[in-house]
Amino acid sequence: MIPASFEYVVAHSLEETVGLLAKHGSDAKILSGGMSLIPAMKLRLAQPVFIVDVNGVSGLEYIREEHGELRIGAMTREAALERSSLVKHGYPILFETAKVIADPLVRNRATIGGNLAHADPANDHPATMLALGATIVAHGPHGDRLIPIDEFFPSFFASALEPDEVLTEIRIPAPSVRSGGAYIKFERKVGDYAIAAVAVNLTLDDHDTCIAARIGLTNVTDVPARATSAEASLVGHRITEQAIADASRLAAHESDPKSDLRGSAEYKRDLVRVLAGRAIGRAVSRARGGSH
Amino acid sequence: MSMKTVNFTINGEAKSVQAESRQLLVHCIRETLGLTGTHVGCETSHCGACTIHLDGEPVKSCTMFAVQAEGKSLTTVEGLAIGGTLNPVQEGFWEEHGLQCGFCTPGMMMTATALLRTVNEPTETEIREAISGNLCRCTGYVNIVKAIQYAQRKMHATPAPEAVLQGGD
Repeated sequence: MIPASFEYVVAHSLEETVGLLAKHGSDAKILSGGMSLIPAMKLRLAQPVFIVDVNGVSGLEYIREEHGELRIGAMTREAALERSSLVKHGYPILFETAKVIADPLVRNRATIGGNLAHADPANDHPATMLALGATIVAHGPHGDRLIPIDEFFPSFFASALEPDEVLTEIRIPAPSVRSGGAYIKFERKVGDYAIAAVAVNLTLDDHDTCIAARIGLTNVTDVPARATSAEASLVGHRITEQAIADASRLAAHESDPKSDLRGSAEYKRDLVRVLAGRAIGRAVSRARGGSH
Repeated sequence: MSMKTVNFTINGEAKSVQAESRQLLVHCIRETLGLTGTHVGCETSHCGACTIHLDGEPVKSCTMFAVQAEGKSLTTVEGLAIGGTLNPVQEGFWEEHGLQCGFCTPGMMMTATALLRTVNEPTETEIREAISGNLCRCTGYVNIVKAIQYAQRKMHATPAPEAVLQGGD
């Protein structure tokens, strides 16, 4: 469990970070919370030659609402999301997500930016950010670049970040009237990846017709993905039990789980159906003004 | 292999150590500093036996590099007792039979100490949640929860609770 040797540098500004990334190219890796990177290095699944520790860059830990968005600094720890009353009351889907990531000790170090930049389909934030329609801010040699979350996970374990870019901020649209979200994860034990998890964010009109819906899936697709046909089946309809059941079946159909230690593909697909139903139900209840 | 000088405070004492970049913090604590109270259980971020306080927050020291401790304040289980007097959490584990083999105990006590410093009166659920990143394979957790509740009562029965729960900087 000893990582391969590497050179270690602490960056103190974004400019310094980008300069080091530009110089070292694909040999370099950013260290934020390190909760995925260090275990991968111990198993030698990752053997970066050059580590840029961005824990020395100040000003990247914040949670604030501005310009009609929730803006979260990339170095914000999961524990800070859990403790934020703004997140807990204004964005319960995000609270639910942070709360089930790994375990409390890991969450004291783990960062939201790292969770997304790692682009692991088993990580929890990708599905939630897909459901919320988030925007990723990447800082590179030419300044900031905005990347819609739908374009952020191009292929297996890859993000849309260029080698000389660093993720600095996550922007989430402020919830519209009568909208609600939920994240429901099923795991074998605390600290494990999801067997499956489903994130739902939807909006109802005054007559309870669904006018917008986004559904993200965790650990049942090769890259973090939305269940778009399930979303489409909800939009334009009143959310009845039948509508929820239909959408849940479509979400299960759209998932593509692999059999592994966490269960058979068949089991996981049915789990997606069950969790999607529960998450849609909870999201609807929140959109109507309930807290659960 | 290039060595770096790393400066930090551990259990109130300033230290300057030489560490290879890839050295894990737990190995630096155990092997370089000889503080073997911090245990290596799984070494895969699961078990929590290596839990220490980093600037007052409980973290897994097997999932940090020693070089990341530069300028930080660390506390290990050796730093909990003050002048030979057990802190309330340690006393609770003693009184309530909160351990059997004892391997997870240092990590458990570091997590519990941090919990009781931040939450005044945690419920049983909150206690169980707080220690969910610390695995025990002997006790079934029942007496560990009782030990933490003992510490909580002890702190509240004392006139100046904040003075009692020292350790963890």
